[in-house]
Amino acid sequence: MDFIGAYQPDHLAFLLEGFAVTLKVAFISIILSFIIGLVVGTLRFAQIPILSKVLAVIVETVRNLPLLLIIFFTYFALPEIGIKLSITASAIAALTVFESAMLSEIIRSGLKSIDKGQIEAARSSGLTYIQTLKMIIMPQALRRMVPPIVSQFISLLKDTSLAVVIALPELLHHAQILNGQSQSYLLPIFLLAAMMYFVVNFSLSILARRLEYRQA
Amino acid sequence: MLRFSILTENFHLYLEGFKYTIGASVIALIGSFFIGTLIAIMRIAPLRPLNWLGTAYVEFIRNIPLLLITFVFFFGLPVLGIVADGFTAGTIALSIYTSAFIAEAIRAGIQAVPLGQMEAARASGLSYGGTMRYIILPQAIKIVIPPLGNQFINLVKNSSILGVIAGFDLMYQGDLIASRTFVTFDVYIFVAMFYLLLTIPLSLGVGYLEKRLARSH
Amino acid sequence: MKKMKRFGLLLLMTCCMIALAACGSAEKGSTDAKQGSSLEAIKKDKKIVFGVKNDTRLFGLKNPSSGDIEGFDIDIAKAITKEMLGDEGKAEFKEVTSKTRIPLLQKGDIHAIVATMTITEERKKEVNFSDVYFEAGQSLLVKKGSDIQSIDDLKKSTKVLAVKGSTSSQNIREKAPEASVLEFENYQEAFTALKSNQGQVLTTDNAILFGMADEDSNYEVVGGTFTDEPYGIAVKKGDEELTEAINKALKALKDNGEYDKIHKKWIKE
Repeated sequence: MDFIGAYQPDHLAFLLEGFAVTLKVAFISIILSFIIGLVVGTLRFAQIPILSKVLAVIVETVRNLPLLLIIFFTYFALPEIGIKLSITASAIAALTVFESAMLSEIIRSGLKSIDKGQIEAARSSGLTYIQTLKMIIMPQALRRMVPPIVSQFISLLKDTSLAVVIALPELLHHAQILNGQSQSYLLPIFLLAAMMYFVVNFSLSILARRLEYRQA
Repeated sequence: MLRFSILTENFHLYLEGFKYTIGASVIALIGSFFIGTLIAIMRIAPLRPLNWLGTAYVEFIRNIPLLLITFVFFFGLPVLGIVADGFTAGTIALSIYTSAFIAEAIRAGIQAVPLGQMEAARASGLSYGGTMRYIILPQAIKIVIPPLGNQFINLVKNSSILGVIAGFDLMYQGDLIASRTFVTFDVYIFVAMFYLLLTIPLSLGVGYLEKRLARSH
Repeated sequence: MKKMKRFGLLLLMTCCMIALAACGSAEKGSTDAKQGSSLEAIKKDKKIVFGVKNDTRLFGLKNPSSGDIEGFDIDIAKAITKEMLGDEGKAEFKEVTSKTRIPLLQKGDIHAIVATMTITEERKKEVNFSDVYFEAGQSLLVKKGSDIQSIDDLKKSTKVLAVKGSTSSQNIREKAPEASVLEFENYQEAFTALKSNQGQVLTTDNAILFGMADEDSNYEVVGGTFTDEPYGIAVKKGDEELTEAINKALKALKDNGEYDKIHKKWIKE
């Protein structure tokens, strides 16, 4: 195990380059999937005829598939029906589709967990359905759902590593390239890459716990 | 619209993959359950160093990608002289990764059992181990079954990493068929169907279990 | 109830717009290649985008320190660009793998593939090939001192490593049907797997294998070549104009000695 050779400055820079891509892809996917997840989860909660059922089928299907399959499908199979995305766009699209489905479930169960009595009280005092959602239900639901939502973001960050199979130049891909240079770099490089993921994710989970305490 | 010939001509390959996927998921579930229980007990045992080790294990494993762990086992184990092919290395990685989540679920389950029971049992002469085995754990397991069920579903989905290390699972077979026939769309739709064949029933089953257990409280 | 339906409709429209925006912002194929001739597009944009390997020593390898890709394929691509557009700096490179090269070409992300690609009848159905620019042959890579010295030594218990979607993986299944074949995403992974003893032998074109032996002296190429693997430059199917232009450039390189220079630089036989 050659730690010194593995940790040369340009190797470290190379890993950080990969990590930057990891963070960029994760960040964009998180924002997009949060928006879409919020919309879909709310629509399902509102139980709009037909639409909610259709969304339910889509969400249940996507949620129950391996993300790796969705990534492969987005990049290799979609071109056959005319949708051609770059490596980065495919990674973001696949991650977003999958994570939005997951998030929509979290948000939907968050909304469901609010006592129905509150909805009835709000409606009977004259608020519209949308106003009820916006001012009463959603804030409470979101507050309750902070831990599972942050947990999902952490998953997303880890899942960017799956895009290594479509040659996204993220951290794991760069780690593998360095490993190709020498067998003795293998464990040191993987350890360093693991630490990078760990630091960001662990910090996120601490942040989630702090947020939970604040709102309790 | 879909070329079903792709499915029929390669059915034996899809089936192979299906078997390996199920195999890896079941073995990893059992493995991660044992490791997870061990880690959970470490975390709540009255010994500080064990607590710390257990916590470090859970926090570290939970926050790094499964694929990274998989590569470490696949490329690293042989260096240590351990012969482990793609399936074996992948299943070990799946077990280790999932064990961290199961450890958390079990710990939460154990701690949800009222404290008084532990004290009462110890007071009436049961050892720590005995208390765990006969009083605490059985109750904890009831609380823990839904999260365990969810982890099993995750395992089935996560087993797809075997495809990247020649683990002969559904994903791998699908890849091979796709690179041979160039018909990627249909090939992967069929792969998806096989996965759904596993995950959707499990999902419904876990949902049903959750309702049943919620009622009995 | 009416208000709820309107609300739902509005949200649905928002979703569709987000989805369309996401699709629209998908990176436009950097070649703007239409059906037929990319040559016009190339002359207009004054650049050729080549798909090359990034992980194949001697042919297309990314240098982590400099970020440059180096190898025989790269130099040939640059020389051809010089012949066609007057300046080798107008050559652009995108990473491809054996698996992704044809899809990327068909998508229009690249104009041409120069990535250790063997000319086969089956591939001719999907792409146009230029004239042969390198004569390779499939061979075997083993650890020095291995029992395996030729293709006849591959037994039932032998694990052969190859890359998904390569002609080598298909060939080896035909020529040594008793051995088991494990396929990986790219050559680097396959080689790391070999070094990790996940298999006893790696098979692909000897040129690529020479690169691996060059990188790690514990490994050697054995067994001679048991197939012919002529490399060609691939362009979109039906693009006769570009194919001819590339062939013209190739011939010029062979005539004026540039080709020999590049060959000598990379291939030490």
